[in-house]
Amino acid sequence: MYALRSWSATHADLLQRFYAVFERALARADPLFRWVGYDRLERPVARVEKAVKGLLFDCRMCGQCVLSETGMSCPMNCPKTLRNGPCGGVRGDGTCEVKPDMRCVWVEAERGRALMQPAGGAAAISPPVDHRLFGRSSWLRAAREQAASHGVRP
Amino acid sequence: MTARVENGSLEFPPGASDSSPGGPEPGQRLQAILRAGHFAVTTELPMPDSADPQCILRRARAFDGWVDAINATDGSGANPHVSSVAASAVLARAGYCPVMQITCRDRNRIAIQSDVLGAAMLGVGAVLCLTGDRVGAGDHPGAKPVFDLEGPTLIDAIRRMRDDARYLSGRVIADPPRMFIGAAENPFAPPLESRPQRLRMKIEAGAQFVQTQYCFDLPVLAEFMRRVREMGLDEKAHILIGVGPLASAGAARWLRANVAGVHVPDALITRLEGAHDQAAEGRMICVELMQQIREIKGVSGVHLMAFRQEEWVAGIVRDSGVLGGRKPARSGAGSRD
Repeated sequence: MYALRSWSATHADLLQRFYAVFERALARADPLFRWVGYDRLERPVARVEKAVKGLLFDCRMCGQCVLSETGMSCPMNCPKTLRNGPCGGVRGDGTCEVKPDMRCVWVEAERGRALMQPAGGAAAISPPVDHRLFGRSSWLRAAREQAASHGVRP
Repeated sequence: MTARVENGSLEFPPGASDSSPGGPEPGQRLQAILRAGHFAVTTELPMPDSADPQCILRRARAFDGWVDAINATDGSGANPHVSSVAASAVLARAGYCPVMQITCRDRNRIAIQSDVLGAAMLGVGAVLCLTGDRVGAGDHPGAKPVFDLEGPTLIDAIRRMRDDARYLSGRVIADPPRMFIGAAENPFAPPLESRPQRLRMKIEAGAQFVQTQYCFDLPVLAEFMRRVREMGLDEKAHILIGVGPLASAGAARWLRANVAGVHVPDALITRLEGAHDQAAEGRMICVELMQQIREIKGVSGVHLMAFRQEEWVAGIVRDSGVLGGRKPARSGAGSRD
C-alpha cells in the first residue's frame, strides 16, 4: 500500500531493528525448516511473506530482497525496477519520471538509508535480478544463508 | 576510405577502418585525446529514419574538424530510428570515432552483450551506458519495457567482457571487445546530494568517462564538481558536461517539461524571452556556458547536444574557443566524393 510504504521508509530504523531480530530467529529455525523440508515450506511461507511485505512495502516477491540496503523502499516498485537507482529522470519535486503521482522510490530509499545503521549509500552495485527467483520466499532464503554463514549447519 | 552505396547496399573498401600510421584507430580516438589531457568536445548525431547510410555520413560531415567523437543515440526518446550499433559501424568505417549509446529499456542482458561484441567487431571502440527514458515518452507507448540491466550493471557487464573476457554467465569470450566505457550522469536531478556517490558507484563498476545531461545551472554544477573533486573522481574518470543551444524560450519550456531530467532555470528563460533573436541568444548562452564550464577544475570536456540545430555545432565550438586552437582529426577528408 502506497501510504504504508512511505511510512516504512520514514521508519526504516525501527524496521531494521525488528528485522535483525526476525532474521536471527529465522536462522535459528533452520534445523526445523530442514526437518519439515524447505521445498514444502516454500508456498505457505511465501504466501505469508507476500501478505506482510506487500502491506508494508508493496513487495513484489522478487525473491532476492534488498530492503535492508534500500532504506526499506522496495526497488521493484520503480517502473524501471532499478536495483541501483535513481535514474536521471527524477522530476524536480522528487516524483517519478514514469509515474508523476508517485515519489521516486530511490528518493525514498535515500531518506530511509539515512536513518539506518550504518547510514549512507550503498557500497557495491546490486547485481541484475535473477528472474527465476520471482515468487520465492526471501525469508526462507535468508534462513538458509544465515544458518550456513554462521556455521549453525555442520 | 569512404563507404560507397551501390544499388542501395553499403560497400566497405578493404581496410577502411585502418588508421594512419602512428595514430589511434578511429574507434579509440576519444580515449587517446582524453588520456593525452586535451579538453574534448563530443556531440550527438540524430539517428535518421532511413536505410540509407549516406543520411548518417551527410550529417556527420557537418561536425568535421570540430568534434572528437560523435554519439550515436539508441532509441532516443523511446522512438525507433536506425540502431546505434549500425550507425556506429557506419561512422567507424568512415573514419569517425563513434560513441555507441546503449539503453537498457529495449533489450535484455543476452541481446546487449551480443550487441557489444558485434559493435566491437565493426570497429566501435566507445560506448555510453544509459538506463533509458520511459517507454511512454515515445511514439510506441504500448511497448513492453525491458530494463533487465541498468546503467551501473551495464557498465559492469561490459567491463567484464573486456577485462575478464567473459559474459555475465561466466562463459568465455574468445576475443574480448576493446571498449572505452562511458556512463551518463545527471547532476541536476534530485536527489542532488547523492549524485556524486552515484558517479562513484559507476566509476567503481568500470566507467572511464562520463557525459552528463544538459547543464544550464552553473552553481549546481560547480557544487557537484566540488564534491566530485573531493572524492577524487575527476582523476579516475574523464567528465564531459552536457551543453546545448536553446532555440527559444518556448523550446526551453518544452524541454524542461518533456525531456526527463532536464532542468532549465527561470532566469535563462527570462533572458531568452527578452532577446530580439531568441535562437541567436540561445546559442550565445551555450557558448558562454561552455566557456565557464571550461574553467571548472576537474572537467575534461563538453558534450554538445544541439537538438534540431546540428548545423550550428561547428560555429558554437569555434565561437567558444574551448578547443584552444586544437583541430580534432577529420575523417576521410579529401577522399570524400
